[in-house]
Amino acid sequence: MNDFDLVRKNLFRRKLRASLMIVSILIAFMIFGVLAGFYRAFTAGEDRAAADRMITVNKINFTQPMPIAYFNRVRAVEGVRQVTFANWFGGYYQDPKNFIMALAIEPNTYFDVYRSEFEVPPEQLQAFMRDRGSAVVGEKLAQKWGWKIGDRIPLNSNIFSQKSGGHTWDLAIAGIVKGKAEHIDTNFLLFQYAYFDETRSFGKDTIGWMILQTTSPENNDRVAKAIDAMFANSTAETSTDTEKAFGKAFAAQFGNIALIVLLVVGAAFVTILMIVGNTMALSIRERTREIGVLKTLGFSGPRILAMVLGESVLLALLGGIPGLAIAGLIAMALRNSLANVAPAFSVSPTIALQGLALMIALGLITGIIPALNAMRLKIATALGRG
Amino acid sequence: MTAEHPMIRLTGVAKRFTKGKETISIFDHLDLGIPRGDFIAVMGPSGSGKTTLLNLLGGIDRADAGEIAVADQRIDGLSEGELATWRAANIGFIFQFYNLMPMLTAAQNVELPLLLTRLNRKERAERVHTALSVVGLADRTKHRPREMSGGQQQRVAIARAIVSDPNLLLCDEPTGDLDRQSADEILSILQLLNGELGKTIVMVTHDPAAANYAKRVLHLDKGRFVERELAA
Repeated sequence: MNDFDLVRKNLFRRKLRASLMIVSILIAFMIFGVLAGFYRAFTAGEDRAAADRMITVNKINFTQPMPIAYFNRVRAVEGVRQVTFANWFGGYYQDPKNFIMALAIEPNTYFDVYRSEFEVPPEQLQAFMRDRGSAVVGEKLAQKWGWKIGDRIPLNSNIFSQKSGGHTWDLAIAGIVKGKAEHIDTNFLLFQYAYFDETRSFGKDTIGWMILQTTSPENNDRVAKAIDAMFANSTAETSTDTEKAFGKAFAAQFGNIALIVLLVVGAAFVTILMIVGNTMALSIRERTREIGVLKTLGFSGPRILAMVLGESVLLALLGGIPGLAIAGLIAMALRNSLANVAPAFSVSPTIALQGLALMIALGLITGIIPALNAMRLKIATALGRG
Repeated sequence: MTAEHPMIRLTGVAKRFTKGKETISIFDHLDLGIPRGDFIAVMGPSGSGKTTLLNLLGGIDRADAGEIAVADQRIDGLSEGELATWRAANIGFIFQFYNLMPMLTAAQNVELPLLLTRLNRKERAERVHTALSVVGLADRTKHRPREMSGGQQQRVAIARAIVSDPNLLLCDEPTGDLDRQSADEILSILQLLNGELGKTIVMVTHDPAAANYAKRVLHLDKGRFVERELAA
């Protein structure tokens, strides 16, 4: 036997009470894990945003197009290293339920701007640029549908139609795009804007947004102002911002996720904090005499304090770790279904570490008052003497 | 009341309690000497200070004045932490209501004081076995307190008190919650510990039959001792 055995046996001396507390903590950390996973998914773009990358969209909102002529004018702005552009396609495969994140892009510049995130083998990129009717597919998407190079896939759009009246673009897969890091999502399809623009029935010569890279993050402000000033008072005024700010604004469409997470987790935690804190205090009060006996035997005040705190931290860990594990399983189970909405949805190691820190904090906060009371307890009082 | 080379020495000890605005004096300039190997029963009416005396001897309460020394060590000046260490090494406590940990087995209860030592698991197990054998419960190591009678629980408590081999045993009404037969068994064990193992024992009791097991009886009344030698 050692102090840990004592802590463990004390915790489970009333099995029903301990189990109920563990379950309530488990539920709280399950909620935390799932919501934090969602929050991470929605803000993943912000975290990965490059400091020197900016996005230019139509000032009305990013769903409104801009003339493609802006592309060359932006290229000429001082402080701009590279510019590319993209257009939302609204794609699906075979059935409208099978949403595909498809973009029509400018192939010569797109992978230069995103060179730190994505890589395509040079021969595949060359093949993609040579064949206007081809596409490159993100590794995850290719795995999901079992696509490989050379396959021809019919890509449908729920927005655009062809001049011929059809809604289907027939594309040959020329390459597979890989993320340069584990967390980079590759659940997308990219095909050539030139082919798209040539064949679509409306919106010709317009683009969705431009992605530009400045020569230095210090130039961001100046470049943004120069671009927006260039198109002021035009039919399509622009709004240029950093990629991070753009990602944040995009996430805001889903509501203030951070606030929701904070409120839900906060409410759950405060409730659990009160329940567990109260139960711990009750549990220690019930053991006043035993604590007195331990002190009589020679257990010091600090050792008693450590044991009570150990008990409350152990309780938090026994509830919290399975809670996070269940959240992880939920995330895994939902990952495919949510691949298009929240592709980075997972209980990441960072979330797990944050959860672990929260468990320890929860244990320490709920245990500190009973632990201090136990430490200061006078033996004579505890034993009902004096 | 003194002894030539006392194991326990109280000199001019005063102890007062404050209740509201009232101050109650329990002891005022109390002197006491108890030789090594003695077995003393302390008797007296309720409120005479018997339990307070045990608390002071065991370092779980502090005197307002005077000196307390046990085995030539002054304990009245020790800090709480030092007192805890001192108690672990020198004192064995036996309570009226046994005060065993309900979630621990007999062996684990006895092992508790040894968690404060540097003994390894095997050494601790050996000591626990010896202590339980001394009280005749070597076959009850895995029983929890609720699975044992009052007398057996008190024997476990005695094993816990002697497992770290302290010189002084302080017993507060050790038979107060037991039937006569169990009480006699417990008192016989205490007599054995005193006679065979040389433990110095101070036992507070209301029971004259229990006091008869001691070598001496001290009557405490209004904070003063009156001694009476017992017939062998």
